[in-house]
Amino acid sequence: MHLAGRHRSSATEELQVIAPSKLAIENVSKSFRGASGSVLALDQVSLNVAEAEFVCLVGASGCGKTTLLNIIAGLEKPDSGLVLADGKPVTGPGRERLVMFQEPALFPWLDVFGNVLFGLKLKPNLTNRDRHEVAKYYLELVGLSRFEHANIHELSGGMKQRVSLARALAPNPRVLLMDEPFAALDALTREQLYGDIQEIWKARRKTIVFVTHNVREAACLGDRVLLFAPHPGRIHEEFTVNLPRPRDINSVDLAAYATQITRALKSLGQPEAAITG
Amino acid sequence: MKRFLLAAAFFAVLVLVWEAAYRARIWSPVLLPSPWQVLLYLKTSALDGTLAKATVVTMRRLLIGYFIGLVVGLPLGLLTARWKLFGDTIGTMALGLQTLPSVCWVPLALLWFGQTEAAMLFVVVMGTLWSVIIATETGVRNVPPIYRRAALTMGSKRLHMWFKVILPAALPFIVSGMKQGWAFAWRSLMAAEIFVTILTGFGLGQLLHYGRELSAMEQVIGIMIVIVVIGLLADKIFFSPIERFLHRRWGTSQA
Repeated sequence: MHLAGRHRSSATEELQVIAPSKLAIENVSKSFRGASGSVLALDQVSLNVAEAEFVCLVGASGCGKTTLLNIIAGLEKPDSGLVLADGKPVTGPGRERLVMFQEPALFPWLDVFGNVLFGLKLKPNLTNRDRHEVAKYYLELVGLSRFEHANIHELSGGMKQRVSLARALAPNPRVLLMDEPFAALDALTREQLYGDIQEIWKARRKTIVFVTHNVREAACLGDRVLLFAPHPGRIHEEFTVNLPRPRDINSVDLAAYATQITRALKSLGQPEAAITG
Repeated sequence: MKRFLLAAAFFAVLVLVWEAAYRARIWSPVLLPSPWQVLLYLKTSALDGTLAKATVVTMRRLLIGYFIGLVVGLPLGLLTARWKLFGDTIGTMALGLQTLPSVCWVPLALLWFGQTEAAMLFVVVMGTLWSVIIATETGVRNVPPIYRRAALTMGSKRLHMWFKVILPAALPFIVSGMKQGWAFAWRSLMAAEIFVTILTGFGLGQLLHYGRELSAMEQVIGIMIVIVVIGLLADKIFFSPIERFLHRRWGTSQA
């Protein structure tokens, strides 16, 4: 914000800017017209996310958590209600709120470096040299410096998501929106990424909204875990996770939280929701 | 190297069989000249400049026509993919006309433009255009929506979106359409040159035609070989590198 317009910032300055947003979601409703009539995906959902808070949204598939994420991103418009980022209403997508998708959304026509650079090139007030420097910094942050010039198809699933993370972080968004980013990965890779994401979050304070159907994952990562209920999609219950970081997904304390959330999830009568980590 | 030697051996055997057939006098030498005679024709026509001149005339028609086809076809393909109205009109027309063998444009081109360079160009453009439109449209339609969404969040829109996201994402389709367009253009141009004498320039097809008129079989076969070689070279020099790049980047199977 203090960089707006006139001032050209160097790569070092650019990397020093850490300005997480405060999000306010006010009475957001959204319905979709499906084959079986209209479905209310979100019903009067309200939610506040503090600056640099890590919030996890859990729930069965179809409870509207991804829809809410897309609305925060500005990729979808709510039927009614408002999303405010730092007090300003969100009207469309923008680089202040970047999304990391479940499916690999990396561009196959660019190499790893080109992908990380893509969003940076759209960011004004930087020279190309600064952009390269910034991209290198984030590739190093996710541990992929050696793979700068690799093609996307040469990477493993876990590496792809690391590049996606670097790409989402590179333009220095104030909010990071993650839509089940680790769902398609094997357990070992996932556990490694839980550690990494907590470290990166510590290094680059972001406001993170993280959608998952994995209760353990949510308890491991979130400051708060919001349990969504479907038909219509709404926030059912809220859990605050008071555990020191970095958290280990396999710790006993964490398991206690996960059990508590799982019990609440089960009480909603949603057998298809994943319970195990 | 081993692959090259094998290929060379294959063609050597082919020429030997040809020579043997010639020596055995199965067909009259008027119908089947020896490889040597064909080579001799190619040598003399190369030395007196007829071959080079004809090749230049043909390639000029082909390249200009192909270029026009690309320049017109690419934007039209984008329009048909982007707006329903264009898809329903131009898209449908392109689909229909693509099924029309491009030789069928020759009579119409002759009546419209007479025996002129314009007629030749018209035929080449008609051979290229529809394939390019359809390939571009298909390519754009097949771009996974997730690329668009990801780019949108990073601040890409309008022209940037088209040039930096949608076009590159559609590239594999567009290149295969360009290749098909090239093949169609090449074929239709040869057919047009064989049928039609254009006073402003003798192309390879016309040399082929006069070879037949004069019963100069070594000329007919010689020109056919030249045509094949040009087709191969275009593929190796122009399309192969692009395709290799696509295979490497996208990780599709190596051709």
